[in-house]
Amino acid sequence: MNDPLLGLSMLGLIIVVIMLGFPTAFTLMGLGMMFGFAAFYDPSQSWAANKIFTLMVQRTFGGMTNDVLLSIPLFVLMGYVMERGALVDKMFYSIQLAFRRLPASLAVATLIVCTFWGIASGLVGAVVVLMGVIAMKPMLNAGYDTRLAAGVITAGGTLGILIPPSVMIIVYAAVAGQSVVKLYAAAMVPGFFLAFLYLVYIIGWALINPKVAPKLPPEQLVVPIPASIHFLRENYSQNMLVATLKALIFPAKLLDAPIDARLSFTKIVQNVLAALTPFILVAITMWGVWWYVIIHQQAEKDALNVPVVTQVAKASTADNVAPVEEGLVSLDATSNNSKSKETEEDAPLVALDAAAGDGPTAAGVEPEAAAGPPENFQLYFGLTTVLFLLLLIYYYLRFDEDQFEILKLLIESVLPLGILTILVLAVILLGITTATESAAVGALGAFILAFQAGTLDFDRTKQAVFLTAKTTSMVCWLFVGSALFSAVFTILGGQSIIEKWVLMLDLTPIQFMLLSQAIIFFLGWPLEWTEIIVIFVPIFLPLLAHFQIDPLLWGTLVFVNLQAAFLSPPVAMSAFYLKGVSPPGVTLNQIFAGMMPYMFIVIACMFFMYIWPGMTLWLPRFLYGG
Amino acid sequence: MDKFMLTVDEISTFVGKAASWLIILLMLMVCTDVVRRYALNSPSAWIGELSVMAYGTLFMMCGAYTLAQNGHVRGDFLYGSMKPRTQATLDLILYVTFFLPGITALVYAGYTYAAESWRIGEHTTQIANGPPLYPFKTVIPIAGAFVLLQGFVEILRCIVCIKTGEWPARLKDAAEIDVIEQQLAASTHVDEESRQLAMKNAKAIDEAAHHRIGQTKEINHE
Repeated sequence: MNDPLLGLSMLGLIIVVIMLGFPTAFTLMGLGMMFGFAAFYDPSQSWAANKIFTLMVQRTFGGMTNDVLLSIPLFVLMGYVMERGALVDKMFYSIQLAFRRLPASLAVATLIVCTFWGIASGLVGAVVVLMGVIAMKPMLNAGYDTRLAAGVITAGGTLGILIPPSVMIIVYAAVAGQSVVKLYAAAMVPGFFLAFLYLVYIIGWALINPKVAPKLPPEQLVVPIPASIHFLRENYSQNMLVATLKALIFPAKLLDAPIDARLSFTKIVQNVLAALTPFILVAITMWGVWWYVIIHQQAEKDALNVPVVTQVAKASTADNVAPVEEGLVSLDATSNNSKSKETEEDAPLVALDAAAGDGPTAAGVEPEAAAGPPENFQLYFGLTTVLFLLLLIYYYLRFDEDQFEILKLLIESVLPLGILTILVLAVILLGITTATESAAVGALGAFILAFQAGTLDFDRTKQAVFLTAKTTSMVCWLFVGSALFSAVFTILGGQSIIEKWVLMLDLTPIQFMLLSQAIIFFLGWPLEWTEIIVIFVPIFLPLLAHFQIDPLLWGTLVFVNLQAAFLSPPVAMSAFYLKGVSPPGVTLNQIFAGMMPYMFIVIACMFFMYIWPGMTLWLPRFLYGG
Repeated sequence: MDKFMLTVDEISTFVGKAASWLIILLMLMVCTDVVRRYALNSPSAWIGELSVMAYGTLFMMCGAYTLAQNGHVRGDFLYGSMKPRTQATLDLILYVTFFLPGITALVYAGYTYAAESWRIGEHTTQIANGPPLYPFKTVIPIAGAFVLLQGFVEILRCIVCIKTGEWPARLKDAAEIDVIEQQLAASTHVDEESRQLAMKNAKAIDEAAHHRIGQTKEINHE
């Protein structure tokens, strides 16, 4: 048997053994060791001097010192702590109240909570089970179509593995030798675009056929108003912003209030702060953008002492800012539907805006990119500010006690987690720190938030730590195993025989793209993402250069693709999770029927990504040049 | 027999849990470095080296713990639907053919690698006066030995299972699905009945979903 054949039989064996269900990391190590031993076998040497042992230990040590994988335990820890720090139940309740007038409001709230939760944790099973308990019953009780309810939970639940900071992306970065931050930037827009497509689908379906998502009965639309807020309205003003401010200046009236409506001085101040939160958030983000683009850049430029901007950079700036502004406006248009949405909506929006407005000059990673503020920046900045001001004025003009109570609920349940995740992402994307550093800061921040919220005790900390250790160990041992496996596979010539074979097929780039994505799609049925990314993706990677496909684009397509694979009946795990917590009347077939459309939406999303590679690639190019 | 298996489980778990606290150390070290770099403008090269070592030690030493908790990813698509006896027979064969040679080789190779490093008193070469490297390299054979020990116990488990037709118990430990219980215990907007039901069944649901079993009677009609 010659070497390449040995290599191919190794690949065949690994597929068989993985299907038999043996722990994959050890299968890879064992196979790699044995085939490597055969490859290096030299009769003149003693068997103990075989080079495979050196290779093995070097690959292991390589995994132990891999500074891309270093950020995995930190991101995983952040997720586990956040999961224990914030209450999904309260989040769902307050978001659902905020969106109560939207068609299919419960489904929309479910999707938003799932997306949020996905950013934080990225565990499919737990999200689906939790949302199944919290959201499924209210939806069914409200008369929603079972398929609609089931689809949104399963599709929303799998979003977590796509939207950064996700462990899958770090592992791909380690395998493909790409930069983590670039991949995060690349996955960002398609991830939120996918969530947006889901949203359009839900609302569209509910608009076309209102029967699938009947309006909530009026008693469920009522916001429970505490006596103290009611008293403020009665005695001070209809507009709660005015009321809270007046209460701060003339607290005398409060002294006559009935016991349950009486407020301490701290409470009065807290009310004022709560009422001002949307304004404060907008102000901070706008200031952040200004600081990053004008002050930070200037400092950086002075430090680097780089000559003036090239014309090319300027031109690309102007081109690239425009679509973002459009995106902003369109997103804002949707946010007009529900005024109170602003609080949680404008933060990510502005983060996006921040990422965009100052993009091409970011971080001075590339000397030629370290230019001054982009041309027209002032203009766009001004326009955005005016837009936000108008929205704020509109919001505050209609700021009645309902809005105020919803705002307070949102501040309590969504804001801390939201600010933390957005900060972590913004810090990574803007290149202020490396992925590892922002992960560590994010994890520490998650600890502080959870301790402050009083939801984290020592027991839960222990749990989070042990779970992190197990997940990290699982991923990294797998990585070590596959590093050995692929090294031996290449040495045996299996890789080159596959390459020759693919080149012989004489595919066009699009054919290759379709073939590779189809293979990964089908592998996604029986396998978990860890195995696909670590074992099978490296086989395709060397071929990308030949077909002139950008590994960033291809990788992001793989991430989105796996979403589709995880939503495809009859193997999708999330359907089985949901079945477990659903009321007895819900059948698996109904859940699958609800999931199917989302699978097609994901495929449509991949199609868009292929037609407009810019959707994936502009953010990384914008931020890091190249 | 059971007692011996659980004792080894406990050893692996103890080692793994001890090593897992390195994650807190790692987090604090990187955060310190962030402060030093961005606020004091004096990053420390030692911290960079040490955090890599903390990460490497963390995941290697948790290998046996993860194995003891059956936490290493496996393609359980077909496996999940097999009878325990078939599972055990397959596992037994594969442990002997792949696991034992692979991990033994790792221990052997790691031992020679670390011994070499001790002999020359190796330090990191990234920076001048870097931290010593030999303790870190020693982690490879030690972690490998713990995994090997745990592997023997897993082989015993397979044999017991082939004999009795049922998988022997493992130690209880934190699981991902525990978060359901914690979240629901504190929830205020979910009715009591579905809350209790979900909390009680969370583990069973997790298992059933992994094995793609939709019709679990005890879950729906309890």
